[in-house]
Amino acid sequence: MSDHIATDLLPSATPVRYLAEDGTTVDGPAGYPRPSTEELREAHRRMVVGRRFDAQATALTKQGRLAVYPSSHGQEACQIAAAMVLREDDWLFPTYRDTMAMVTRGLDPVEALGLLRGDAHCGYDPNATRTAPQCTPLSTQTLHATGLAYALRRKGTDSAVLALIGDGATSEGDFHEALNFAAVFEAPVVFLVQNNGFAISVPLEKQTKAPSLAYKGVGYGVRSEQVDGNDPVAMLAVLHKAFEHARAGAPFLVEAHTYRIEAHTNADDATRYRNSDEVDRWLDADPLARLEKHLRTLGALTDEDVAAAQADGERLAADLRSRMNADPHLDPMTLFDHVYARPTTQLVEQRDLLATELKAQEG
Amino acid sequence: MAATTMAQALNRALRDSMTADERVLVFGEDVGQLGGVFRITDGLTRDFGEDRCFDTPLAEAGIVGFALGMAMGGFKPVVEMQFDAFAYPAFEQITSHVAKMRNRTRGHLTVPMVIRVPYAGGIGGVEHHCDSSEAYYVHTPGLKVVTPATVNDAYTLLREAIDDPDPVIFMEPKKLYWSKEDIELRHIDEPLGHAAVRRHGKDATLIAYGPSVPVALQAAEAAAEEGVDLEVIDLRSLVPFDDDTVMRSVRRTGRCVVVQEASGFAGFGAEIVARIQERCFHSLAAPVIRVAGFDIPYPPPMLEHSHLPSVDRVLDAVDRLQFTDEPDHRYLTGAHS
Ligand SMILES: Cc1ncc(C[n+]2csc(CCOP(=O)(O)OP(=O)(O)O)c2C)c(N)n1
Ligand SMILES: [Mg+2]
Repeated sequence: MSDHIATDLLPSATPVRYLAEDGTTVDGPAGYPRPSTEELREAHRRMVVGRRFDAQATALTKQGRLAVYPSSHGQEACQIAAAMVLREDDWLFPTYRDTMAMVTRGLDPVEALGLLRGDAHCGYDPNATRTAPQCTPLSTQTLHATGLAYALRRKGTDSAVLALIGDGATSEGDFHEALNFAAVFEAPVVFLVQNNGFAISVPLEKQTKAPSLAYKGVGYGVRSEQVDGNDPVAMLAVLHKAFEHARAGAPFLVEAHTYRIEAHTNADDATRYRNSDEVDRWLDADPLARLEKHLRTLGALTDEDVAAAQADGERLAADLRSRMNADPHLDPMTLFDHVYARPTTQLVEQRDLLATELKAQEG
Repeated sequence: MAATTMAQALNRALRDSMTADERVLVFGEDVGQLGGVFRITDGLTRDFGEDRCFDTPLAEAGIVGFALGMAMGGFKPVVEMQFDAFAYPAFEQITSHVAKMRNRTRGHLTVPMVIRVPYAGGIGGVEHHCDSSEAYYVHTPGLKVVTPATVNDAYTLLREAIDDPDPVIFMEPKKLYWSKEDIELRHIDEPLGHAAVRRHGKDATLIAYGPSVPVALQAAEAAAEEGVDLEVIDLRSLVPFDDDTVMRSVRRTGRCVVVQEASGFAGFGAEIVARIQERCFHSLAAPVIRVAGFDIPYPPPMLEHSHLPSVDRVLDAVDRLQFTDEPDHRYLTGAHS
């Protein structure tokens, strides 16, 4: 039997919170390292830029420049904290909804949008960016994150891995297998569940009867916590702690309570399954406004700071717009690349066939 | 020289690969202390330590997904699925991730790994222990799929699979685990993708793989007694497929029977037949015939002998290759009514 006392693993009874919705501080639990004012100022700037990025990406879908875009508007505290707690040598395993976190991490926005633009399955080099391809088969990436985390530990590094996952995806088996493997193999991995209330149209209460998704860690021996996902202070505090824990060889599960302000993607009609009152209530809990109020109260944020952050966002948006407005150059002959290390004779035959076809079209 | 079984040859291949490359790790269900339910990993934990060969929790998607992450991290996992049908929980990981990672990332992330799958019947196994599941894997671009039929191939193909830069589904015909050969195991350094001609003949070609190879060879011996000279090809590698060896043989003999233990409908044999008629139509003197398992769920052990392609069934198929001018009555209109 394990000598764990289960209460060590249990999440707080209510989500960890240090900032109320109006930006005033509240007494959260001790035991989490509170981010410095400097870190919070940086988080603010990145949230402003991240939100602008998200709005620009949504606009690009309307112009037909992106095949699809799942917005993370409303989840900025999660997205930005996720990127900020990572060291350069750590790995990130994002889903389709986490492009903002990837861009915050420093990925080139056009490369980061490769999957959603539709010119590649993954537009960036995962090794160079230490960012796995965005994953769409729900929860499958949590196992990869766990395996890679174990590999990193086996190689004697203290790098760690962050796996992002949605609330709905916690019902998938792979998530449970990943928690179990992570605990058994003492993998330095942090699982961050962004509970944004919905899996497309299905609300969380139809997904689970667990009192909090964070309770799902306990049964596997994984320490867990739940946090107000719209409180940037709490998000940074808990994730820093989670990484400290993971680097010491113990995985950590965090449930962030947040909300998806937009529809599931630009192709979805959210009015079919939720009413705007609910959205309005969550707009009042906006993570960016909350942090801004807090920093202003501290006297740590000026109008010039806000304007500078917005200017950074505009620069990124303008660059993204102009680069996305150019049609990507795609060579159909690359279809046969990277199926195997060396193409099979069958692939060579098919490649020749396509080459002939293309030549005929030119001629 | 002592006789070596296929099981021992596989064990030796794992040992030699683990010795040659310390990135090679073996893990799965019961592969540690026990040495696997078929003892293929016997003694590996004892001799290489628990870091190199270890038991995992019972979760096949977990094993494969975890292995993929380890491969991203520079290890070379060789994982065991305990039985064919128990690999199905890992199907999503195999088809959506293992097979595609190289392609999805345009060559940046590669996940060389081997997934060992004991498969097929003939051992009196109860349901879910005797599936021939190769068609699911060969249909998935990005995977290589190999299956040995001889003791030395078991050794060589597994060594090659572990060295291969691509993920390999390594299908082990359970009923041949205890087959023996008096040989010195030799590592032939040859990339995957080559069929072997097991018997030369001029009248017709039998194409088989894995558990069906011994059946085809026995059929060829029996046919020889009746004066029919059959060539037998052991595919060894289903993907990549060795069109060259197959087509050269069929063009020469003009007649062909494909033998597989898996259900025939939309099985791998259908692919072989299609390729042959596309490439050798004018060399064919008769339709290419399949001998396959029936299109039924694998039967209970006391009935499996009626299901499995037998030597007689192969010989019957050879008889239908129109060596005389008689057409094959079986497929004439109205023959079934
Ligand atoms: C295995 C699998 N099943 C179904 C889908 C289709 N699908 C895409 S997103 C989604 C909802 C996921 O919800 P959640 O995990 O809460 O993440 P969110 O989209 O809210 O960020 C579904 C059902 C999928 N991508 N993968
Ligand atoms: Mg959700």
